[in-house]
Formats: sequence, C-alpha cells, structure tokens
Amino acid sequence: MNSPTPSAKVDARERQATAIVEAAELTRRFGDLVAVDHISLSIAAGEVFALIGPNGAGKSTLMKMFTTMLPPTSGVAIIAGFDVAKTPQQVRRRIGYVPQVLSADGELTGYENMLLSARLYLIPSRERAARVAAALAMMGLTEAKDRLVQTYSGGMARRLEIAQSTLHRPAVLFMDEPTVGLDPGGRRAVWGHVEALRKEIGAAVVFSTHYMDEAEEVCDRLALISGGKVAALGTPAELKARLGADATLDDVFTSVTGVHIAEGGKPR
Amino acid sequence: MTVGLAPDLPTEPLGRSSIGGYLTQMFAVAAAEVTKLRHDPIELASRAVQPILWLVLFGQVMAHVRGLTVGGGSYLDFLAPGILAQSVLFVAIFYGLSAIWERDLGVLHRYMVSPAPRSALVIGKALASSVRGISQSVVIYVCAALMGVKLSFNPADIALVLLFIVMASALFSTFSLIIACIVKTRERFMGVGQFLTMPIFFASNAIYPISVMPPWLRATVRLNPLSYQVDALRSLMLSAGHSEFGLPVDFAALAFGFAVFVVIATRMYPRLTQ
Repeated sequence: MNSPTPSAKVDARERQATAIVEAAELTRRFGDLVAVDHISLSIAAGEVFALIGPNGAGKSTLMKMFTTMLPPTSGVAIIAGFDVAKTPQQVRRRIGYVPQVLSADGELTGYENMLLSARLYLIPSRERAARVAAALAMMGLTEAKDRLVQTYSGGMARRLEIAQSTLHRPAVLFMDEPTVGLDPGGRRAVWGHVEALRKEIGAAVVFSTHYMDEAEEVCDRLALISGGKVAALGTPAELKARLGADATLDDVFTSVTGVHIAEGGKPR
Repeated sequence: MTVGLAPDLPTEPLGRSSIGGYLTQMFAVAAAEVTKLRHDPIELASRAVQPILWLVLFGQVMAHVRGLTVGGGSYLDFLAPGILAQSVLFVAIFYGLSAIWERDLGVLHRYMVSPAPRSALVIGKALASSVRGISQSVVIYVCAALMGVKLSFNPADIALVLLFIVMASALFSTFSLIIACIVKTRERFMGVGQFLTMPIFFASNAIYPISVMPPWLRATVRLNPLSYQVDALRSLMLSAGHSEFGLPVDFAALAFGFAVFVVIATRMYPRLTQ
C-alpha cells in the first residue's frame, strides 16, 4: 500500500489473495431469459482477464452488473471490496468502464470530454490540467485534443474513452468489446496503449471480445462464456493443453460448448 | 463477504461526497451542455422563429378580437409573457429526446458509470436546458419591445424573470426526462411529446385570462405549473403588470413541482441504460 509500483513487487500468491473482482452465483434474468446463469469467478488485482463468447452469451450483461449499470437478480459481485448491489457508489469510484457503444461525446472536443470526466470523478482542480494533459499524451491524442470527437477515427475515440475511464486511476478497467469494428492497426494501437497504462496505474483489465487471437495475445486468463455460464476458465495455455499440442482456442470453445464461435459469433 | 483492496488503492479514493463535490459534478454536466451549444449556436437561433411568429401573427390578429378583456393593458401586453412561457415550455418539453439520443449514442453510459449522484446528473441537465430558455427570452424581449409592448426594464424585475425561466425550464425538462425514461424510444417520445405540449399550453393562462374559462378548466389551470410561470412573468415583464396568484405562490409552486420531478427522475434515469 505504500510502495509506488506495487504490482511488480507482489508475487503470484499474494495476487491470488487480493481478488479485485469476485462473483458468486451471479445471475440476471430478463423475464424468462436467464442472461447470466449463476456465474462464479475471481479476478486478481492487476490481472488481464478476457470474457470470450458469441453474441448473446451474456458477456455484456455480466459486464453491466460488474459496473453497477444493472442490478443482479441474485448472487453477489464484489468489486475492489465493495458489493455492486449495496454500495454502487463506492464501486463506481474504483472502476473505469468503456462500454461497447461509443461513450465519448462527439459534439465535444477530446479535451472537453476529458474535462467532463475529470469533474465527474472529482479530480482536484489544481491537478486537473496536468492529469488531463498526461492522459491525453499517454493515449497519443495530444495533437487531436481540440478537435470534435465526431472527427476522430474509431481507434482514436476508443483511446479517448480509455483515457476518460482511467483518469481517476481505477483498480479495474472494464471494457466491453473494445476493439470491435477497428482495423488491425487501430486494434494494435488500443492494446499497446492499454498495456502501457496498466503498467503505469497497475489496474486490472477485464474485457470481453469474440476475437480469439486478440484474447490469447493480451490476456493472463480467460473465461469462455456460453449460454450465460462459464464453460471453461484458465490461462490460454492451460485451456489449449486440455485438447493437445495443436489445439487453438477456437477448438477449445467448440469442444466445451459444441458451437463454433468464429462464424460471426452467433451460436445458433 | 469482503476481499482485500488492490495493493495500490488509496483507502479513501477520489470522489468523497461533499456539497462542493456535488456542485462540481452538477456543474460539469451543465457545462458540457453549454459547451455543445457554443459549438453549434445555429440551433439556438432556429428556435427563436416560432415565438416570433406567435407574437406577430397570432398576437396581431387576436388583439383585434373585441370582447376579450384582459385587464388594464392591451392584448399584446397580456400575450407577450404567455409566449415567453410557452417558448420555454416547447424547448424544455423535448429535452427528454436528448436523453434518449445520448443513451442510443452511448454518452449516457459515461454519466451512469461515474460516481456522480444521479440527482446531480438530473439537476445539471435541467439547469443546462434553461440556457436555451434564457436565449429565447432575449429574442422575445426585443420582438415585444419593437411591437410596443410596455416592458419593465427594471434590473430587479429582469433578474426575477431569469430566475423564473430557469425554474420553469428545469421543471419541464425534468418532466420530459421522466417521460423519456418511460417511453425509452425516440419514435414513441415524439408522439407523446406532441400530445403533452398542447394540453399544458392551452389549459393554462398563457393566451387567455382565467376569468373567461369555464369552472372545470379553471381548476385544471391551477394544477398546471405553466400557469404559475405565466403569472410570475406577467407581473415581472410588464411595466404595469400584476400577479394574480402572488409571486411567492408562483415561486413555491414551481419549486415544489421541480423537487417532485427531480426525485422521480433520479430513480428512473438509470433505467435508460439497463
């Protein structure tokens, strides 16, 4: 707690003990549909964790419950030590969230968007300018800061949202399909910046995707989600080892759920 | 069940609740809206056309209708505050549309995941809507003065006019936000918005005096927040104006209505992103 760069000094055992995201039997129903069905999982501080599954698997619903946007029907989720249902305000102070939809305001400039976030998160006014400038520089947006966001490319807008979501140095950054619709260059730039940011602030990163290659490249561990349940959970290497030497994550997904994720992300 | 915090997490992170913090968050929401208006001032100008038409066309014709007694002054004097109130209403009542629009775009998610209390978001948005109302009042003052309406330019009166415009804008835009949270889509909102505007406008004292109304309508008018705004504006805008209900009653009615709507909207606003 007193070390400036703690993540480097904390060993694996200790990390396991400091779960930053803890879900127990977490469930969300919409009428008869069970979107998230008794999911239990634990994510360590500083970990990069991927939720993988086809559209409709329940990833976004799970993400919305973790970020206090949607109350659980039953079960518990504890984020950074606080219950999402009982103390959402405490959770919100400690997380960043980049939703699937574009959340930066296109009618404001990049700088104005950052200023809005700085105020909403009550960054002290004497630190505001310096922190906004540093965050924009880190995301490679200094040049573009005075342009309206509606003129940004998809990748630039995503990077701005990440900067907005981490200005208050959250303990966890949640990202719902952060690279969907981006070209390969844009995807690489987003992940490069996320990695640099993670080193800087030591936050855990929890993201959903249906790009298997991307997940495999950037995550420490992943959960395969299917039909609202965790179908498999582990490091990419562990999951592939179950099937043999040449297995891919796609093969793993097919073997545990019986469906192909690669084909448009639709299971049915 | 509790688990340990991340090693580098400060025990008390940013965003501790305090009145100063609340005001900062509320102001942040309003400031973002005002900044957007600065980027696109054409929108403000385009909204000024409608009240001018009401004053010039409707006002000129009705001024020649005999038998409509409106107290001391001319009908135009009577009408000008009503049209100001109406234009504030017409702008504010479609404010909920922007909330749905922000939800569709995704901008609303950023507000909802932030630690800002929901009521700070609601009030911030409401205050921002009054900027549009105030810009309308400038246009209507100029237009009314040119048409010979006997306006009061006493600074205290003008300050109070602005106060009542802010209150009515905030009230009707928050009402509109509640409607948006109920109907949830732009298409349905457009239908409901049109449907609501006319009764609020016509079941008020905006364009004709209460004294000419049948008894059942008089009772309805007293329940309509717009009537209290019109009554206040009629006493403050005109050099010879007077208030039928009394300014403290007008103020209390609008403040009470706004408070009730803020409480309801605070509960409903988060449902838009669920």
